[in-house]
Amino acid sequence: MSDTATASGASALDSDDGIDRQLLLGRPHQHHGLLWLTAAIVLFVIFLVGYSLVTNPRFEWGVVFGWFTSERLFTGLLRTLQLTVISMAVGIIVGVLLALARLAPNFIIAGVAAFLVWIFRGVPVFVQLLFWGFIAAIYPRLAVGVPFGPEFFSVDANVIITPFLAAILGLGLNEGAYMSEIVRAGLLSVHRGQTEAAKALGMRRVTILWRIVLPQAMKIIIPPTGNQTISMLKTTSLVSVLAFPELLYSAQLVYSANFKTIPLLIAASLWYLLVTSILSLGQFYIERHFNRGTATPGRMSRRRRKARALWSRTTAAQEVQS
Amino acid sequence: MNDTVVEARGVAKQFGDLNVLKGIDLTINRGDVTCIIGPSGSGKSTFLRCINQLETLDGGYILFEGQPVGVKIKKGRVHAQSNAEAARSRENIGMVFQGFNLFPHMTVLENVCEAPIRVKKEKRKVVQERARALLERVGLAAKANAYPGSLSGGQQQRVAIARALAMEPRLMLFDEPTSALDPELVGEVLDVMRGLADAGMTMIVVTHEIGFAREVSDHLIFMDDGRIVEQGDPRIVLRDPRHERTKQFLAKVL
Repeated sequence: MSDTATASGASALDSDDGIDRQLLLGRPHQHHGLLWLTAAIVLFVIFLVGYSLVTNPRFEWGVVFGWFTSERLFTGLLRTLQLTVISMAVGIIVGVLLALARLAPNFIIAGVAAFLVWIFRGVPVFVQLLFWGFIAAIYPRLAVGVPFGPEFFSVDANVIITPFLAAILGLGLNEGAYMSEIVRAGLLSVHRGQTEAAKALGMRRVTILWRIVLPQAMKIIIPPTGNQTISMLKTTSLVSVLAFPELLYSAQLVYSANFKTIPLLIAASLWYLLVTSILSLGQFYIERHFNRGTATPGRMSRRRRKARALWSRTTAAQEVQS
Repeated sequence: MNDTVVEARGVAKQFGDLNVLKGIDLTINRGDVTCIIGPSGSGKSTFLRCINQLETLDGGYILFEGQPVGVKIKKGRVHAQSNAEAARSRENIGMVFQGFNLFPHMTVLENVCEAPIRVKKEKRKVVQERARALLERVGLAAKANAYPGSLSGGQQQRVAIARALAMEPRLMLFDEPTSALDPELVGEVLDVMRGLADAGMTMIVVTHEIGFAREVSDHLIFMDDGRIVEQGDPRIVLRDPRHERTKQFLAKVL
C-alpha cells in the first residue's frame, strides 16, 4: 500500500489507499456515445413511420382531409361537444351532490351516496349506456303519480328516453360517481380552521361551503376535472352504440357507405386530437385562475425564472454542441 | 341593562375518555379584559371555543348576554339550537385564532368585508368604508388589496382582528393570538389588542404573554387540568399567587 502512495507523487492530497485525489477534484467525464446511438435509432424509427405515412397509398390523405372538413363530420363533432358539455355538467352537479351526501352527518344519506358511487363506478360505462338505451325493456311506461296510488299521466319510455337522453344519463351518472370522489378529496383538503373561522363570523353552512370551502377546494378539483373532461370527450364515442350520430358514428355512417374506413377513422381522430389539445390549453388558464392568492406573484416569477434558466441552459448547450 | 356578558356555570367537556373541562364557573362583565393563562392541555382554549359553540358542552351552561349558548328552552324542555340559530348567535362574538385562518383566496379587504356582506346583508359600499377604517386602525390600510399569503404572520393576525371587528361584535375571543408568531412580530399584535381594550371592548384572551396579562387585563384566570385554580386582579395573582400550582407555573414562565 505504501508503495503506491510514494509512486503517485508528493501531493498533499495523497493517501495510501490508491485513490488519486487530484483526479477526483475534476468533473466526471461525460459519455455521450450511448445517448447519440439511442437518439439515432429513435430518429430512424420516426423516419420510417413518417415515410410509410406519406408513401402508403391506403392512408388516402386526400380523402382524409376532404372528409375532415366535411359538414357531416362537423355536425357529428358539434354533437360530440354537446354530449361532452352536458354530460360533464350533469357529472359535476351529481358529483358535488354525492360528495356532500357522503360527508353528511346522517349516515343513511352517506351510505346511500356511497352505494350509488359503487354502482355507477363499478359497472362499465359501456354497459350502463346499453342499460339506459334499453330502459323501455325494464320500464315500458314512465308515470307521474302517487306511489301505489292514483296516476296523473304516463308516457312511453321510448318516447322520453331518446338515444340522446340515454347517452346523457349513462355518461353523466358514471361521471358523477368519479366526480364525487374528486370533489370529496377537494373538500377534505381545505383546512378545518377555514370552516371554524367562517363559523365564528356567523356564516351559515351554505355560505361557508359556497364562499369559503368550495373556492379553495377548486385548486384540488380543477386539474382532475380537466382530465375527466378530456376523457369524457373521447368516451362519448361509445355512444355510437346507441345509434346517436356523434363524431365517431357520423364517420361510421360515411364509411359504411363508401368503404373509406381508415381515412374516415383518421379524420375523426384528428378532430378528437384537435379538441383535446384546445381543452388542455383551457385547463391551463383555469388552473392559473384558481391558484390566485396561494401562488404569490413572487413564487410564480421564481418558477418562471427557473424555467427560463433551464431553457437558456439547454439552448446554450445545443449551441455549444453544434 | 344587565352588564354581565358571559355567565358560565359548571361547564364540562370530554374528548372521548379525556375530561378537558371539569366544571368552569365564570362571570365576565361588559368592558372587562379577562386573560386566561395556564399550561398546555389545561382546557383554556376549549373553554374559549365553547363560548361561541365551536365545541358543544357536555355539562353545565353558558349564557351570553342572558341567552343560553347552543340550546333553547321550549315548553319546559331544553333543545339544541339549529345551525342557523347557532350562526346568528355567533354574529355578536368575534374570534381570533392562533393560526389566523384568513381566507387565502380573498384579498385582505375581501376577507374583512365578507361576513358583513354575506351575513348581515349590509351594503358593499358601507362595509368597504368601515373595513378600510378598520385596516387603518390595525395599521394595514396599504395592504387592502394584498392576498394573505404575501403578509407576515403579525400582519395576518392584525387582518384577522380587523375581520372579526367588521361584524361589530360585543365580545372578542382571542385564542393564543401571538403563539404562532415570530418573537419580533408579537408586539404589533399586542399593541392592536391593547388599543381595543382601551376602547372598551369586552375581551377574553387565552395567552402565554404574562406581561400583556399584567398590563392590560382587569381579571386574570389561571387554569390547570380542566379547572380554574385561581383568579383575581392580575397584579395580585401574578405577584402573590395563593395556590402552589399557580406558583409553580409562574416560576416557569416569568
